[in-house]
Amino acid sequence: MSLARAVAGGLILTREAKRPAAQPIETLPLPPRLYLSLHQHTGGAALPCVDVGQRVTIGERIANTSGAISVAVHAPADATVERIGRYPDDDSGRECIVLKVAQQQSAPNWPAPDHDYHLDEPALVRQRVADAGIAGLGGAGFPTAVKLAAEVDTRLQTLLINGAECDPAIGCDDALMQNFADEIVAGARCMLHILQINQCTIAIKHDRADALQAMRTALDQARDDRLNVAPVPARYPQGGERQLIAFLSGREVPSDGLPIDVGYLCQNVATARAVHRAIEHAEPLLRRVVHVCGDGVATPRNVDVPLGARLADLIEFCGGYVGQPDQLVVGGRMMGIAAASDEQPITKTTNALLLTRATPKPPPSPCIRCGDCASVCPASLLPQQLHWHATSDQTDALVRLNLGDCIECGCCDVVCPSHIPLTAQFQQAKIALRAREVRRQEATHARRRFEARNLRRERLKREKDEQRAARREAAKAADAARKAGHSEQTDTGAAPQTRQDEIRAAVARARAARARRERDSNSDDEV
Amino acid sequence: MKFKTARAPHVAPVNSVRTIMLRVILATLPAGIAHIALFGPGLFVHLTVAVVTAVATEALCLRLRGRAPRAALNDLSAVVCAVLLAFCMPPLAPWYATACASALAIGVGKQAYGGIGSNLFNPAMVGYAIVLVAFPEAMTRWPPALGSGPTLGWGDSLAAIFSSPDAGWDTVTMATPLDHVRVELGQMRMLSEIMNDPSLGSGVTPWLMPAAVLAGGAALLALKVIRWHLPVATIAGVIVCAVVLRQLDSDHFAGPLFHLAAGSALFAAVFIVTDPVSAATSVRGRLIFGFGVGVLIVLIRSFGAYPDGVAFAVLLMNALVPLIDRISVPRTFGHRAQNPDDAL
Repeated sequence: MSLARAVAGGLILTREAKRPAAQPIETLPLPPRLYLSLHQHTGGAALPCVDVGQRVTIGERIANTSGAISVAVHAPADATVERIGRYPDDDSGRECIVLKVAQQQSAPNWPAPDHDYHLDEPALVRQRVADAGIAGLGGAGFPTAVKLAAEVDTRLQTLLINGAECDPAIGCDDALMQNFADEIVAGARCMLHILQINQCTIAIKHDRADALQAMRTALDQARDDRLNVAPVPARYPQGGERQLIAFLSGREVPSDGLPIDVGYLCQNVATARAVHRAIEHAEPLLRRVVHVCGDGVATPRNVDVPLGARLADLIEFCGGYVGQPDQLVVGGRMMGIAAASDEQPITKTTNALLLTRATPKPPPSPCIRCGDCASVCPASLLPQQLHWHATSDQTDALVRLNLGDCIECGCCDVVCPSHIPLTAQFQQAKIALRAREVRRQEATHARRRFEARNLRRERLKREKDEQRAARREAAKAADAARKAGHSEQTDTGAAPQTRQDEIRAAVARARAARARRERDSNSDDEV
Repeated sequence: MKFKTARAPHVAPVNSVRTIMLRVILATLPAGIAHIALFGPGLFVHLTVAVVTAVATEALCLRLRGRAPRAALNDLSAVVCAVLLAFCMPPLAPWYATACASALAIGVGKQAYGGIGSNLFNPAMVGYAIVLVAFPEAMTRWPPALGSGPTLGWGDSLAAIFSSPDAGWDTVTMATPLDHVRVELGQMRMLSEIMNDPSLGSGVTPWLMPAAVLAGGAALLALKVIRWHLPVATIAGVIVCAVVLRQLDSDHFAGPLFHLAAGSALFAAVFIVTDPVSAATSVRGRLIFGFGVGVLIVLIRSFGAYPDGVAFAVLLMNALVPLIDRISVPRTFGHRAQNPDDAL
């Protein structure tokens, strides 16, 4: 595989200067309390299945899935349920189960599987992934078992294990590959069994020599020729799954499609390891590795953290703050979120913490159309034109220029000489586009109702006209018959006269009733 | 502990408009030295006049528009515009022509459209084109290039720019190569003869300015201030158009090398066409835009009323930029080719 086949755009970013060595991964001791968020994943929030005051043991399920796309939560330690509610208590908080960790911890007792998982049906093995509460650990947090249900799709050919994390401030996958290469390989093999396919590619940035070496050694030991390692360019955002697939296969995932449309399914290396632990050790997802780096922390470390520990617990373990860091960024420099407080808990998607001085953001000046943004855009968009149209609310132009394909990687922001916050603007414009789409659908619905009503009214009117015409015909015929009868039976006297009066009176009554009905129907929209 | 929130990405910007502009100014240094060596110190005077006028006009316009002048002047874009304009002015043109051009470039070409980033036309070319029409005679006051006539010192240059030369214009000015070829072709001479005229210069002197301009261009490319698409497309446009015309009639149309070396074609390719604001933005758009400018330069020189066509070529293509931008949208990742119905 040649490295020259680079994908469009991207930036070469230098790694965080103050970062941990990849080995060893340290273990965070259990803090006094754990705050287990019910929203640790993409999809429906988990539903607590424990009561306040209840004692739970390590690995016990404390929240169930809600709906098809959701993930269960397990207790990372022996503990007592102290509270179920928002944490932190302010607006930033999310629904959490607060566990008071017990002084005495029992040794985890995972039931050892009594047979090789290869003997089990793939669906059964996949169910164990679901039971273990695994969500994608790369950052997006999509329920892993749901993704693995792709087994039924015959287009699927390759499992792509993503070890190509590309943000300068994220290194947990690098550390994981150097420390647990064998477990990652084992997890990949589990997933091959679940998916019933025979091809797995493990993508690693070509400049991560140690990780590459460790994974290659693990593959040699596994003696499984279904798996191979692919070095990929050290470019941001090469680790994005669409970019990775484009590089490896030369095929682009369709804009409105999924990797499976080009035969791929993508899982993170940490997810692979979690799958291995779940299937071969019956261990649910209780911990994850977090990369702590930046000038603002005393000892940068890769730490194995129980889910639900606070960021503050983790930072304290890393020697605390040095200087006065202004920013606590969760999830990398390029796409991470700057947290307002270190009180928030670590979730299944917390991959990295960056403590840093505030990034200088000079005030924006007008766009000079230099086009640097377009040259770094991995989606081949024209950010400059998008900016122009977003500023003037020209939503049609935004749709035409495919705003929806922006992956919000932030490359355009970094190179913009006018310091325009392009990514933030595009995020807002996308929200506005979605809102417009909803409005448009509502308008379409309203229009359909209106048209249906008009049709209905027309139909009713036509029917009435027809009835009226029929009655008129009948009256004419009756009139003619009467005239004919009159000339024949002049001697019958008053009887026909009375009958004619009766008919007239009946017609007048019918007319009055019809006029009344029509008046009513005009005032009532829903006739 | 509480922290400041901020939008991603949490990376300091790597570039600024001021840096870009400063680099453009520095990249004109080799061309400036060559210009002064060839034509005397006139450029220096015009640079001063143009920069002072441009900055003053920009400040005035910003104040009238209710903007803070300092922040906007800081980006140096007005200075770049003035520098490029000064390079286009004949070295012996009267100072007021440069002052007018500079004021119009900033006032009409730039600020009237809404300031930096909003101008449809290249401001320097707007200013230059107006004075070219307004002062036709003054805009021909080029001294003979080094080696093809008397060299002008400071005294002569200043006298010519601020009043008029002591010994009359004929003694100090001389037709530029483009002018010369044009006039002589009008006299029914053959192009092959004209090309041997001593006034066209000989040896390396005609190549001094192009070489200096290309050196500046190479620096801009290396610093990634410009990308190759615009200059290369412009040069390609000049070459293709000149070659085609020469194939049709080699007695009346000069070859591509003459077109590139003479006048301001190369200077335009490196410094004028690459103005991002008034050029097309996508790669394909820039190739179309540059090629169009190159072709128009040669066409205007060959068939137009003016000896050099750079300003008009650039302005004409500027006017087409909104259209070019629309038809040159690149294919988005994960999409099939852009729907042609979408494009227009």
